[in-house]
Amino acid sequence: MTATTTAPVATTPMHTTRQPSARLRAWATRAPLLPALVFMIVVTQLPFVATLVISFFDWNALYPDARHFTGIDNYREVLTDADLRHSVWTTVLLTVAVVLASLVLGLVLALLLDRKFKGRSVVRTLLIAPFLVVPVAAALLWKHVLYNPEYGLFNGLLHYVGGPQPDWISNTPLLAVEASLVWQWTPFMMLILLAGLQSRDNEQIEAARVDGASDWQIFRHLTLPHLRRYLELGALLGSIYIVQNFDAVFTITSGGLGTANLPYTVYQSFYQAHENGLASAAGVLVVIGSIIIATFALRVVSSLFREEVSRA
Amino acid sequence: MSAVAVRLRSRRKGVGLGLVAWLLGIVFFLPIAWMALTSFHSEEDAATNPPSFAASLTLDGYREFFGAGGGASPWPALINSTVASVASTLFVLVLALPAAYALSIRPVKKWTDVLFFFLSTKMLPAVAGLLPLYLFAKNTDMLDNIWLLVILYTSMNLPIAVWMMQSFLAEIPVAIIEAARVDGAKLPTILTRVVAPIALPGIAATALICFIFSWNELLFARVLTGVVAETAPVFLTGFITSQGLFLAKVCAASLVISLPVLAAGFAAQDKLVQGLSLGAVK
Repeated sequence: MTATTTAPVATTPMHTTRQPSARLRAWATRAPLLPALVFMIVVTQLPFVATLVISFFDWNALYPDARHFTGIDNYREVLTDADLRHSVWTTVLLTVAVVLASLVLGLVLALLLDRKFKGRSVVRTLLIAPFLVVPVAAALLWKHVLYNPEYGLFNGLLHYVGGPQPDWISNTPLLAVEASLVWQWTPFMMLILLAGLQSRDNEQIEAARVDGASDWQIFRHLTLPHLRRYLELGALLGSIYIVQNFDAVFTITSGGLGTANLPYTVYQSFYQAHENGLASAAGVLVVIGSIIIATFALRVVSSLFREEVSRA
Repeated sequence: MSAVAVRLRSRRKGVGLGLVAWLLGIVFFLPIAWMALTSFHSEEDAATNPPSFAASLTLDGYREFFGAGGGASPWPALINSTVASVASTLFVLVLALPAAYALSIRPVKKWTDVLFFFLSTKMLPAVAGLLPLYLFAKNTDMLDNIWLLVILYTSMNLPIAVWMMQSFLAEIPVAIIEAARVDGAKLPTILTRVVAPIALPGIAATALICFIFSWNELLFARVLTGVVAETAPVFLTGFITSQGLFLAKVCAASLVISLPVLAAGFAAQDKLVQGLSLGAVK
Protein backbone atom coordinates (compact mmCIF):
# COMPACT_ATOMS: atom_id res chain seq x y z
CA MET A 1 0.00 0.00 0.00
CA THR A 2 1.38 3.35 -0.88
CA ALA A 3 0.55 6.86 0.16
CA THR A 4 -2.38 8.00 -1.92
CA THR A 5 -2.48 11.58 -0.76
CA THR A 6 -0.62 14.40 -2.28
CA ALA A 7 2.17 14.93 0.19
CA PRO A 8 3.15 18.49 0.93
CA VAL A 9 5.93 19.70 -1.27
CA ALA A 10 8.40 21.36 0.99
CA THR A 11 12.07 20.79 0.55
CA THR A 12 14.70 22.41 2.68
CA PRO A 13 17.91 21.59 0.85
CA MET A 14 21.07 22.53 2.69
CA HIS A 15 23.34 22.04 -0.29
CA THR A 16 22.17 22.86 -3.73
CA THR A 17 25.61 23.13 -5.26
CA ARG A 18 25.88 20.88 -8.30
CA GLN A 19 29.09 18.95 -8.42
CA PRO A 20 30.37 16.29 -10.82
CA SER A 21 29.76 13.64 -8.17
CA ALA A 22 26.16 14.77 -7.72
CA ARG A 23 24.79 11.30 -8.28
CA LEU A 24 27.18 9.83 -5.78
CA ARG A 25 26.21 12.48 -3.29
CA ALA A 26 22.54 11.80 -3.88
CA TRP A 27 23.09 8.16 -3.06
CA ALA A 28 25.11 9.09 0.00
CA THR A 29 22.13 11.15 1.13
CA ARG A 30 19.76 8.30 0.40
CA ALA A 31 21.89 5.60 2.02
CA PRO A 32 20.77 6.12 5.64
CA LEU A 33 17.18 5.78 4.53
CA LEU A 34 17.52 2.54 2.61
CA PRO A 35 17.74 -0.05 5.42
CA ALA A 36 14.51 1.15 6.99
CA LEU A 37 12.76 1.43 3.63
CA VAL A 38 13.81 -2.01 2.40
CA PHE A 39 12.93 -3.56 5.76
CA MET A 40 9.43 -2.09 5.69
CA ILE A 41 8.76 -3.20 2.14
CA VAL A 42 9.92 -6.75 2.80
CA VAL A 43 8.13 -7.24 6.11
CA THR A 44 4.84 -5.44 5.43
CA GLN A 45 4.23 -5.23 1.68
CA LEU A 46 5.32 -8.71 0.57
CA PRO A 47 3.05 -10.57 3.02
CA PHE A 48 0.13 -8.47 1.88
CA VAL A 49 0.82 -9.31 -1.76
CA ALA A 50 0.88 -12.96 -0.71
CA THR A 51 -2.46 -12.51 1.06
CA LEU A 52 -3.86 -11.01 -2.11
CA VAL A 53 -2.68 -14.00 -4.16
CA ILE A 54 -3.95 -16.57 -1.66
CA SER A 55 -7.35 -14.85 -1.57
CA PHE A 56 -7.94 -16.06 -5.15
CA PHE A 57 -7.37 -19.70 -4.22
CA ASP A 58 -9.65 -22.31 -2.76
CA TRP A 59 -7.25 -23.55 -0.14
CA ASN A 60 -8.02 -25.43 3.03
CA ALA A 61 -4.83 -26.16 4.97
CA LEU A 62 -6.17 -29.59 5.92
CA TYR A 63 -6.51 -30.55 2.24
CA PRO A 64 -3.45 -28.91 0.69
CA ASP A 65 -3.60 -31.09 -2.44
CA ALA A 66 -7.05 -29.78 -3.34
CA ARG A 67 -5.73 -26.24 -3.64
CA HIS A 68 -6.82 -24.52 -6.84
CA PHE A 69 -7.47 -21.11 -8.35
CA THR A 70 -11.06 -19.93 -7.92
CA GLY A 71 -11.01 -16.31 -8.99
CA ILE A 72 -13.27 -14.16 -6.89
CA ASP A 73 -15.25 -17.03 -5.34
CA ASN A 74 -13.78 -16.38 -1.89
CA TYR A 75 -14.90 -12.79 -2.01
CA ARG A 76 -18.34 -13.87 -3.17
CA GLU A 77 -18.48 -16.30 -0.26
CA VAL A 78 -17.27 -13.75 2.28
CA LEU A 79 -19.82 -11.23 1.10
CA THR A 80 -22.72 -13.70 0.90
CA ASP A 81 -21.98 -15.89 3.92
CA ALA A 82 -24.35 -14.73 6.66
CA ASP A 83 -21.78 -15.08 9.45
CA LEU A 84 -19.07 -13.28 7.56
CA ARG A 85 -21.40 -10.54 6.44
CA HIS A 86 -22.46 -10.16 10.01
CA SER A 87 -18.83 -9.73 11.04
CA VAL A 88 -18.42 -6.93 8.48
CA TRP A 89 -21.43 -5.22 10.04
CA THR A 90 -20.10 -5.85 13.56
CA THR A 91 -16.77 -4.28 12.62
CA VAL A 92 -18.48 -1.15 11.36
CA LEU A 93 -20.77 -0.93 14.38
CA LEU A 94 -17.97 -1.54 16.88
CA THR A 95 -15.65 0.98 15.27
CA VAL A 96 -18.22 3.74 14.84
CA ALA A 97 -19.68 3.33 18.34
CA VAL A 98 -16.34 3.23 20.12
CA VAL A 99 -14.82 6.10 18.15
CA LEU A 100 -17.83 8.39 18.57
CA ALA A 101 -18.34 7.66 22.26
CA SER A 102 -14.69 8.03 23.17
CA LEU A 103 -14.40 11.16 21.05
CA VAL A 104 -17.31 12.86 22.83
CA LEU A 105 -16.11 11.76 26.27
CA GLY A 106 -12.57 12.73 25.37
CA LEU A 107 -13.74 16.18 24.30
CA VAL A 108 -15.58 16.72 27.58
CA LEU A 109 -12.53 15.63 29.56
CA ALA A 110 -10.15 17.72 27.45
CA LEU A 111 -12.32 20.81 27.96
CA LEU A 112 -12.36 20.18 31.72
CA LEU A 113 -8.62 19.61 31.84
CA ASP A 114 -7.92 22.71 29.78
CA ARG A 115 -8.90 24.88 32.76
CA LYS A 116 -6.66 25.42 35.73
CA PHE A 117 -7.78 23.76 38.96
CA LYS A 118 -6.21 22.14 42.01
CA GLY A 119 -4.64 18.80 41.22
CA ARG A 120 -5.04 19.08 37.46
CA SER A 121 -1.93 17.03 36.73
CA VAL A 122 -3.11 14.31 39.14
CA VAL A 123 -6.47 14.09 37.36
CA ARG A 124 -4.67 14.00 34.01
CA THR A 125 -2.57 11.09 35.25
CA LEU A 126 -5.65 9.25 36.57
CA LEU A 127 -7.33 9.71 33.19
CA ILE A 128 -4.39 8.48 31.14
CA ALA A 129 -4.03 5.30 33.20
CA PRO A 130 -6.74 3.24 31.43
CA PHE A 131 -4.88 3.64 28.16
CA LEU A 132 -1.74 2.24 29.80
CA VAL A 133 -3.24 -1.05 30.90
CA VAL A 134 -2.20 -3.93 28.60
CA PRO A 135 -5.25 -4.42 26.32
CA VAL A 136 -5.70 -8.09 27.23
CA ALA A 137 -5.43 -7.24 30.92
CA ALA A 138 -8.01 -4.47 30.50
CA ALA A 139 -10.36 -6.88 28.73
CA LEU A 140 -9.89 -9.47 31.50
CA LEU A 141 -10.55 -6.78 34.09
CA TRP A 142 -13.87 -5.89 32.45
CA LYS A 143 -14.88 -9.48 31.77
CA HIS A 144 -14.20 -11.00 35.17
CA VAL A 145 -13.85 -8.21 37.69
CA LEU A 146 -16.48 -5.74 36.50
CA TYR A 147 -19.03 -7.65 34.41
CA ASN A 148 -19.22 -10.94 36.31
CA PRO A 149 -22.92 -11.35 37.16
CA GLU A 150 -22.32 -12.93 40.58
CA TYR A 151 -19.42 -11.00 42.10
CA GLY A 152 -18.46 -8.34 39.57
CA LEU A 153 -18.06 -4.76 40.74
CA PHE A 154 -20.97 -3.44 38.65
CA ASN A 155 -23.51 -5.80 40.17
CA GLY A 156 -21.87 -5.31 43.56
CA LEU A 157 -22.49 -1.58 43.34
CA LEU A 158 -26.02 -2.15 41.97
CA HIS A 159 -26.63 -4.38 44.98
CA TYR A 160 -26.21 -1.38 47.29
CA VAL A 161 -29.00 0.53 45.59
CA GLY A 162 -31.16 -2.55 45.30
CA GLY A 163 -30.84 -2.56 41.53
CA PRO A 164 -31.13 -5.54 39.19
CA GLN A 165 -28.27 -8.00 38.74
CA PRO A 166 -27.92 -8.32 34.97
CA ASP A 167 -25.58 -10.67 33.16
CA TRP A 168 -23.88 -7.86 31.24
CA ILE A 169 -21.95 -9.90 28.68
CA SER A 170 -24.80 -12.28 27.81
CA ASN A 171 -27.46 -9.56 27.67
CA THR A 172 -25.55 -6.94 25.69
CA PRO A 173 -22.39 -8.61 24.36
CA LEU A 174 -21.39 -6.01 21.79
CA LEU A 175 -22.09 -3.16 24.17
CA ALA A 176 -19.94 -4.90 26.79
CA VAL A 177 -17.01 -5.04 24.38
CA GLU A 178 -17.61 -1.46 23.30
CA ALA A 179 -17.73 -0.11 26.85
CA SER A 180 -14.36 -1.61 27.69
CA LEU A 181 -12.86 -0.16 24.51
CA VAL A 182 -14.38 3.27 25.14
CA TRP A 183 -12.79 3.19 28.59
CA GLN A 184 -9.39 2.48 27.04
CA TRP A 185 -9.63 4.88 24.09
CA THR A 186 -11.16 7.95 25.74
CA PRO A 187 -7.75 8.95 27.19
CA PHE A 188 -6.26 8.76 23.69
CA MET A 189 -8.88 11.12 22.31
CA MET A 190 -8.54 13.36 25.33
CA LEU A 191 -4.77 13.70 24.84
CA ILE A 192 -5.11 14.64 21.17
CA LEU A 193 -7.93 17.12 21.82
CA LEU A 194 -6.12 18.60 24.80
CA ALA A 195 -3.11 19.25 22.58
CA GLY A 196 -5.51 20.93 20.15
CA LEU A 197 -7.06 23.09 22.88
CA GLN A 198 -3.67 24.18 24.12
CA SER A 199 -2.67 25.34 20.66
CA ARG A 200 -5.59 27.81 20.60
CA ASP A 201 -5.03 31.54 20.38
CA ASN A 202 -5.65 32.67 23.97
CA GLU A 203 -5.70 36.36 23.18
CA GLN A 204 -8.50 35.90 20.70
CA ILE A 205 -10.58 34.05 23.28
CA GLU A 206 -9.84 36.62 25.97
CA ALA A 207 -10.88 39.38 23.58
CA ALA A 208 -14.12 37.59 22.71
CA ARG A 209 -14.85 37.16 26.43
CA VAL A 210 -14.28 40.82 27.19
CA ASP A 211 -16.59 41.63 24.30
CA GLY A 212 -19.27 39.70 26.16
CA ALA A 213 -19.27 36.40 24.30
CA SER A 214 -20.74 33.58 26.38
CA ASP A 215 -18.80 30.37 27.05
CA TRP A 216 -21.07 28.55 24.67
CA GLN A 217 -20.54 31.12 21.91
CA ILE A 218 -16.78 30.93 22.39
CA PHE A 219 -16.94 27.15 22.26
CA ARG A 220 -19.23 27.08 19.24
CA HIS A 221 -17.52 29.74 17.12
CA LEU A 222 -13.87 29.70 18.21
CA THR A 223 -12.96 26.46 19.94
CA LEU A 224 -14.88 23.98 17.83
CA PRO A 225 -13.69 25.25 14.43
CA HIS A 226 -10.13 25.21 15.75
CA LEU A 227 -10.59 21.69 17.10
CA ARG A 228 -12.13 20.36 13.89
CA ARG A 229 -8.97 18.89 12.51
CA TYR A 230 -7.95 17.46 15.85
CA LEU A 231 -11.36 15.80 16.11
CA GLU A 232 -10.88 14.41 12.61
CA LEU A 233 -7.42 13.18 13.46
CA GLY A 234 -8.62 11.52 16.66
CA ALA A 235 -11.54 9.90 14.86
CA LEU A 236 -9.41 8.61 12.00
CA LEU A 237 -6.50 7.33 14.07
CA GLY A 238 -8.97 5.81 16.51
CA SER A 239 -10.78 4.12 13.61
CA ILE A 240 -7.55 2.70 12.24
CA TYR A 241 -6.68 1.15 15.60
CA ILE A 242 -10.20 -0.03 16.48
CA VAL A 243 -11.03 -1.50 13.06
CA GLN A 244 -8.10 -3.83 13.75
CA ASN A 245 -9.15 -4.63 17.30
CA PHE A 246 -8.66 -8.24 18.20
CA ASP A 247 -7.77 -8.31 21.89
CA ALA A 248 -11.08 -7.18 23.38
CA VAL A 249 -13.28 -9.34 21.14
CA PHE A 250 -11.02 -12.34 21.66
CA THR A 251 -10.91 -11.92 25.44
CA ILE A 252 -14.37 -10.76 26.45
CA THR A 253 -16.62 -12.84 24.18
CA SER A 254 -14.19 -14.99 22.17
CA GLY A 255 -16.08 -13.79 19.14
CA GLY A 256 -19.29 -15.37 20.41
CA LEU A 257 -22.78 -13.89 20.79
CA GLY A 258 -22.49 -12.07 17.48
CA THR A 259 -19.45 -9.99 18.41
CA ALA A 260 -16.96 -11.48 15.94
CA ASN A 261 -15.45 -8.62 13.96
CA LEU A 262 -13.39 -9.05 10.79
CA PRO A 263 -9.96 -9.38 12.42
CA TYR A 264 -11.36 -12.05 14.73
CA THR A 265 -13.04 -13.79 11.79
CA VAL A 266 -9.81 -13.79 9.81
CA TYR A 267 -8.00 -15.24 12.80
CA GLN A 268 -10.65 -17.89 13.31
CA SER A 269 -11.07 -18.92 9.69
CA PHE A 270 -7.43 -19.80 9.23
CA TYR A 271 -6.33 -20.62 12.77
CA GLN A 272 -9.27 -22.83 13.63
CA ALA A 273 -11.05 -23.59 10.36
CA HIS A 274 -7.85 -23.66 8.26
CA GLU A 275 -9.66 -21.91 5.41
CA ASN A 276 -6.66 -20.05 4.02
CA GLY A 277 -8.38 -18.70 0.92
CA LEU A 278 -11.43 -17.39 2.77
CA ALA A 279 -9.32 -15.90 5.54
CA SER A 280 -7.22 -14.05 2.98
CA ALA A 281 -10.27 -12.69 1.19
CA ALA A 282 -11.63 -11.42 4.52
CA GLY A 283 -8.20 -9.96 5.28
CA VAL A 284 -8.16 -8.12 1.96
CA LEU A 285 -11.58 -6.69 2.81
CA VAL A 286 -10.23 -5.37 6.12
CA VAL A 287 -7.42 -3.75 4.17
CA ILE A 288 -9.84 -2.13 1.72
CA GLY A 289 -11.81 -0.74 4.66
CA SER A 290 -8.60 0.55 6.20
CA ILE A 291 -7.47 2.13 2.94
CA ILE A 292 -10.70 4.07 2.78
CA ILE A 293 -10.20 5.37 6.31
CA ALA A 294 -6.47 5.82 5.77
CA THR A 295 -6.92 7.99 2.69
CA PHE A 296 -8.80 10.47 4.81
CA ALA A 297 -6.43 10.06 7.73
CA LEU A 298 -3.40 10.74 5.56
CA ARG A 299 -5.05 13.86 4.22
CA VAL A 300 -5.64 15.20 7.73
CA VAL A 301 -2.14 14.33 8.92
CA SER A 302 -0.79 15.88 5.76
CA SER A 303 -2.59 19.18 6.32
CA LEU A 304 -1.46 19.40 9.95
CA PHE A 305 2.03 18.47 8.82
CA ARG A 306 2.10 21.10 6.09
CA GLU A 307 1.16 23.67 8.70
CA GLU A 308 4.07 22.55 10.88
CA VAL A 309 6.52 22.70 8.00
CA SER A 310 5.41 26.12 6.89
CA ARG A 311 5.53 27.39 10.44
CA ALA A 312 9.08 26.11 10.95
CA MET B 1 -19.20 43.43 31.82
CA SER B 2 -15.79 44.39 33.16
CA ALA B 3 -12.82 42.09 32.77
CA VAL B 4 -12.60 41.68 36.57
CA ALA B 5 -16.20 40.60 36.91
CA VAL B 6 -15.72 38.12 34.06
CA ARG B 7 -12.69 36.68 35.78
CA LEU B 8 -14.50 36.39 39.11
CA ARG B 9 -17.43 34.63 37.52
CA SER B 10 -15.17 32.24 35.67
CA ARG B 11 -13.22 31.49 38.87
CA ARG B 12 -16.35 30.44 40.77
CA LYS B 13 -17.38 28.28 37.86
CA GLY B 14 -13.82 26.94 37.67
CA VAL B 15 -14.06 25.40 41.15
CA GLY B 16 -17.24 23.55 40.22
CA LEU B 17 -15.82 22.30 36.93
CA GLY B 18 -12.63 21.31 38.72
CA LEU B 19 -14.71 19.08 40.97
CA VAL B 20 -16.43 17.54 37.95
CA ALA B 21 -13.00 16.85 36.43
CA TRP B 22 -11.88 15.19 39.66
CA LEU B 23 -15.05 13.09 39.76
CA LEU B 24 -14.62 11.89 36.19
CA GLY B 25 -10.93 11.21 36.79
CA ILE B 26 -11.85 9.02 39.76
CA VAL B 27 -14.59 7.22 37.80
CA PHE B 28 -12.13 6.40 35.02
CA PHE B 29 -9.49 5.27 37.48
CA LEU B 30 -11.90 3.26 39.64
CA PRO B 31 -11.59 -0.03 37.68
CA ILE B 32 -7.81 0.11 38.06
CA ALA B 33 -8.01 1.00 41.75
CA TRP B 34 -10.47 -1.83 42.28
CA MET B 35 -8.21 -4.21 40.35
CA ALA B 36 -5.27 -3.21 42.57
CA LEU B 37 -7.32 -3.63 45.78
CA THR B 38 -8.74 -6.99 44.65
CA SER B 39 -5.26 -8.27 43.83
CA PHE B 40 -4.41 -7.92 47.55
CA HIS B 41 -7.54 -9.72 48.75
CA SER B 42 -7.95 -13.42 49.40
CA GLU B 43 -9.91 -15.27 46.71
CA GLU B 44 -12.89 -15.63 49.08
CA ASP B 45 -13.00 -11.89 49.80
CA ALA B 46 -12.50 -11.04 46.13
CA ALA B 47 -15.64 -12.90 45.08
CA THR B 48 -18.31 -11.43 47.34
CA ASN B 49 -21.44 -9.53 46.49
CA PRO B 50 -21.69 -6.83 47.77
CA PRO B 51 -17.94 -6.24 47.37
CA SER B 52 -15.72 -6.45 50.46
CA PHE B 53 -13.93 -3.12 50.39
CA ALA B 54 -12.33 -3.46 53.82
CA ALA B 55 -11.29 -7.12 53.70
CA SER B 56 -7.85 -7.95 55.09
CA LEU B 57 -4.94 -7.73 52.69
CA THR B 58 -2.75 -10.59 51.55
CA LEU B 59 -0.13 -11.34 48.90
CA ASP B 60 -1.68 -14.71 48.07
CA GLY B 61 -2.92 -13.51 44.68
CA TYR B 62 0.62 -12.62 43.68
CA ARG B 63 2.02 -15.87 45.09
CA GLU B 64 -0.56 -17.80 43.07
CA PHE B 65 0.27 -15.82 39.94
CA PHE B 66 3.97 -16.53 40.27
CA GLY B 67 3.20 -20.23 40.39
CA ALA B 68 3.10 -21.03 44.12
CA GLY B 69 -0.08 -23.04 43.69
CA GLY B 70 1.44 -25.28 41.03
CA GLY B 71 0.21 -23.26 38.05
CA ALA B 72 2.44 -22.36 35.14
CA SER B 73 5.13 -19.85 36.05
CA PRO B 74 4.75 -16.49 34.28
CA TRP B 75 8.51 -15.90 34.22
CA PRO B 76 9.22 -17.42 30.78
CA ALA B 77 6.42 -15.30 29.30
CA LEU B 78 7.65 -12.16 31.07
CA ILE B 79 11.21 -12.81 29.86
CA ASN B 80 9.98 -13.43 26.30
CA SER B 81 8.02 -10.19 26.36
CA THR B 82 11.04 -8.33 27.65
CA VAL B 83 13.27 -9.78 24.92
CA ALA B 84 10.71 -9.06 22.19
CA SER B 85 10.01 -5.50 23.37
CA VAL B 86 13.57 -4.44 24.18
CA ALA B 87 15.21 -6.06 21.15
CA SER B 88 12.58 -4.76 18.70
CA THR B 89 12.86 -1.28 20.20
CA LEU B 90 16.65 -1.34 19.73
CA PHE B 91 16.26 -2.49 16.12
CA VAL B 92 13.71 0.24 15.54
CA LEU B 93 16.12 2.88 16.84
CA VAL B 94 18.99 1.55 14.72
CA LEU B 95 16.84 1.67 11.57
CA ALA B 96 14.83 4.79 12.33
CA LEU B 97 17.61 7.15 13.41
CA PRO B 98 19.50 7.18 10.10
CA ALA B 99 16.20 7.25 8.21
CA ALA B 100 14.97 10.22 10.22
CA TYR B 101 18.32 11.92 9.61
CA ALA B 102 17.86 11.48 5.85
CA LEU B 103 14.35 12.89 6.16
CA SER B 104 15.14 15.96 8.22
CA ILE B 105 18.70 17.18 8.64
CA ARG B 106 19.94 16.22 5.19
CA PRO B 107 16.67 15.49 3.43
CA VAL B 108 16.52 13.35 0.32
CA LYS B 109 14.47 14.58 -2.60
CA LYS B 110 10.75 14.00 -2.13
CA TRP B 111 11.34 13.32 1.55
CA THR B 112 7.70 13.99 2.40
CA ASP B 113 6.58 11.22 0.04
CA VAL B 114 8.90 8.81 1.81
CA LEU B 115 7.58 9.95 5.17
CA PHE B 116 4.02 9.32 4.03
CA PHE B 117 4.94 5.90 2.69
CA PHE B 118 6.09 4.95 6.19
CA LEU B 119 2.84 6.26 7.62
CA SER B 120 0.72 4.38 5.11
CA THR B 121 2.29 1.04 6.12
CA LYS B 122 1.04 1.71 9.65
CA MET B 123 -2.48 1.81 8.26
CA LEU B 124 -2.18 -1.67 6.84
CA PRO B 125 -3.94 -3.85 9.42
CA ALA B 126 -2.03 -6.69 11.04
CA VAL B 127 -4.44 -9.29 9.67
CA ALA B 128 -3.45 -8.25 6.14
CA GLY B 129 -0.25 -10.26 6.27
CA LEU B 130 -0.95 -12.63 9.11
CA LEU B 131 -1.60 -15.79 7.11
CA PRO B 132 1.42 -15.55 4.76
CA LEU B 133 3.61 -14.77 7.77
CA TYR B 134 2.24 -17.83 9.53
CA LEU B 135 2.82 -20.05 6.49
CA PHE B 136 6.30 -18.58 6.05
CA ALA B 137 7.14 -19.20 9.70
CA LYS B 138 5.79 -22.73 9.52
CA ASN B 139 7.84 -23.61 6.44
CA THR B 140 11.06 -22.10 7.80
CA ASP B 141 10.72 -23.52 11.32
CA MET B 142 10.38 -20.05 12.75
CA LEU B 143 7.07 -20.75 14.53
CA ASP B 144 7.30 -20.32 18.28
CA ASN B 145 10.50 -18.35 17.89
CA ILE B 146 10.74 -15.06 19.77
CA TRP B 147 12.99 -13.53 17.10
CA LEU B 148 10.22 -13.74 14.55
CA LEU B 149 8.16 -11.52 16.86
CA VAL B 150 11.15 -9.20 17.22
CA ILE B 151 11.20 -8.71 13.43
CA LEU B 152 7.45 -8.17 13.22
CA TYR B 153 7.36 -5.76 16.15
CA THR B 154 10.21 -3.83 14.54
CA SER B 155 8.12 -3.40 11.40
CA MET B 156 5.07 -2.52 13.49
CA ASN B 157 6.88 0.32 15.28
CA LEU B 158 9.30 1.56 12.66
CA PRO B 159 6.83 3.97 10.97
CA ILE B 160 5.90 5.55 14.31
CA ALA B 161 9.56 5.91 15.24
CA VAL B 162 10.53 7.43 11.88
CA TRP B 163 7.73 9.98 12.15
CA MET B 164 8.47 10.90 15.74
CA MET B 165 12.21 11.17 15.26
CA GLN B 166 11.84 13.08 12.04
CA SER B 167 9.84 15.69 13.92
CA PHE B 168 12.39 15.80 16.76
CA LEU B 169 15.39 16.09 14.44
CA ALA B 170 13.64 18.71 12.33
CA GLU B 171 13.47 20.89 15.45
CA ILE B 172 17.25 21.12 15.59
CA PRO B 173 18.25 24.47 14.06
CA VAL B 174 20.20 23.99 10.86
CA ALA B 175 22.39 26.93 11.84
CA ILE B 176 23.90 25.02 14.77
CA ILE B 177 24.92 22.14 12.53
CA GLU B 178 26.27 24.53 9.91
CA ALA B 179 28.28 26.38 12.55
CA ALA B 180 29.84 23.12 13.75
CA ARG B 181 30.67 22.20 10.16
CA VAL B 182 32.29 25.57 9.54
CA ASP B 183 34.35 25.06 12.69
CA GLY B 184 35.73 21.93 11.03
CA ALA B 185 33.70 19.29 12.86
CA LYS B 186 33.35 16.00 10.96
CA LEU B 187 30.01 14.19 10.59
CA PRO B 188 30.50 11.73 13.51
CA THR B 189 31.40 14.61 15.82
CA ILE B 190 28.39 16.61 14.67
CA LEU B 191 26.12 13.62 15.26
CA THR B 192 27.41 12.75 18.71
CA ARG B 193 28.16 16.25 20.04
CA VAL B 194 25.48 18.40 18.42
CA VAL B 195 22.56 16.30 17.21
CA ALA B 196 22.45 13.60 19.90
CA PRO B 197 22.23 15.83 23.00
CA ILE B 198 19.36 17.85 21.54
CA ALA B 199 17.50 14.83 20.18
CA LEU B 200 17.99 12.56 23.20
CA PRO B 201 14.73 13.29 25.08
CA GLY B 202 12.78 12.69 21.88
CA ILE B 203 14.64 9.47 21.17
CA ALA B 204 13.92 8.26 24.70
CA ALA B 205 10.20 9.00 24.34
CA THR B 206 10.12 7.22 20.98
CA ALA B 207 11.79 4.18 22.52
CA LEU B 208 9.28 4.07 25.39
CA ILE B 209 6.30 4.24 23.02
CA CYS B 210 7.72 1.46 20.82
CA PHE B 211 8.28 -0.59 23.95
CA ILE B 212 4.62 -0.14 24.97
CA PHE B 213 3.22 -1.22 21.60
CA SER B 214 5.46 -4.31 21.50
CA TRP B 215 4.67 -5.29 25.06
CA ASN B 216 0.89 -5.00 24.41
CA GLU B 217 0.77 -6.90 21.12
CA LEU B 218 -1.44 -10.00 21.13
CA LEU B 219 -2.51 -11.11 17.64
CA PHE B 220 0.92 -11.95 16.19
CA ALA B 221 2.09 -13.45 19.47
CA ARG B 222 -1.03 -15.56 19.77
CA VAL B 223 -0.79 -16.95 16.23
CA LEU B 224 2.97 -17.29 15.87
CA THR B 225 4.11 -18.50 19.29
CA GLY B 226 3.34 -21.57 21.34
CA VAL B 227 4.92 -22.97 24.48
CA VAL B 228 8.46 -21.68 24.12
CA ALA B 229 8.09 -18.12 22.86
CA GLU B 230 4.77 -17.27 24.52
CA THR B 231 4.62 -13.60 25.59
CA ALA B 232 2.95 -12.01 28.61
CA PRO B 233 -0.31 -11.07 26.82
CA VAL B 234 -0.58 -14.64 25.51
CA PHE B 235 -0.02 -15.86 29.07
CA LEU B 236 -2.91 -13.64 30.15
CA THR B 237 -5.24 -15.26 27.61
CA GLY B 238 -5.02 -18.34 29.84
CA PHE B 239 -7.37 -16.47 32.17
CA ILE B 240 -10.11 -15.98 29.59
CA THR B 241 -12.22 -18.88 30.81
CA SER B 242 -13.17 -18.78 34.47
CA GLN B 243 -11.40 -21.23 36.74
CA GLY B 244 -13.33 -21.18 40.00
CA LEU B 245 -12.20 -18.58 42.48
CA PHE B 246 -9.41 -16.77 40.69
CA LEU B 247 -10.21 -13.06 40.74
CA ALA B 248 -7.32 -12.03 43.00
CA LYS B 249 -4.94 -14.00 40.80
CA VAL B 250 -6.33 -12.42 37.58
CA CYS B 251 -5.98 -8.97 39.11
CA ALA B 252 -2.43 -9.64 40.30
CA ALA B 253 -1.50 -11.00 36.87
CA SER B 254 -3.08 -8.10 34.98
CA LEU B 255 -1.43 -5.57 37.22
CA VAL B 256 2.05 -7.10 37.15
CA ILE B 257 1.95 -7.46 33.37
CA SER B 258 0.66 -3.89 32.94
CA LEU B 259 3.25 -2.36 35.26
CA PRO B 260 6.01 -1.93 32.64
CA VAL B 261 3.52 -0.21 30.32
CA LEU B 262 2.21 2.08 33.05
CA ALA B 263 5.78 2.99 34.02
CA ALA B 264 6.88 3.61 30.42
CA GLY B 265 3.69 5.52 29.64
CA PHE B 266 3.99 7.89 32.56
CA ALA B 267 7.69 8.39 31.83
CA ALA B 268 6.83 9.38 28.24
CA GLN B 269 3.66 11.29 29.21
CA ASP B 270 4.67 14.58 27.60
CA LYS B 271 5.52 13.01 24.27
CA LEU B 272 2.74 10.42 24.34
CA VAL B 273 0.36 12.43 22.13
CA GLN B 274 3.03 13.10 19.59
CA GLY B 275 3.85 9.42 19.34
CA LEU B 276 0.26 8.24 19.24
CA SER B 277 -0.70 10.76 16.59
CA LEU B 278 2.38 9.73 14.59
CA GLY B 279 3.92 13.14 15.08
CA ALA B 280 0.95 15.03 13.68
CA VAL B 281 0.18 16.74 17.00
CA LYS B 282 2.81 18.39 19.13
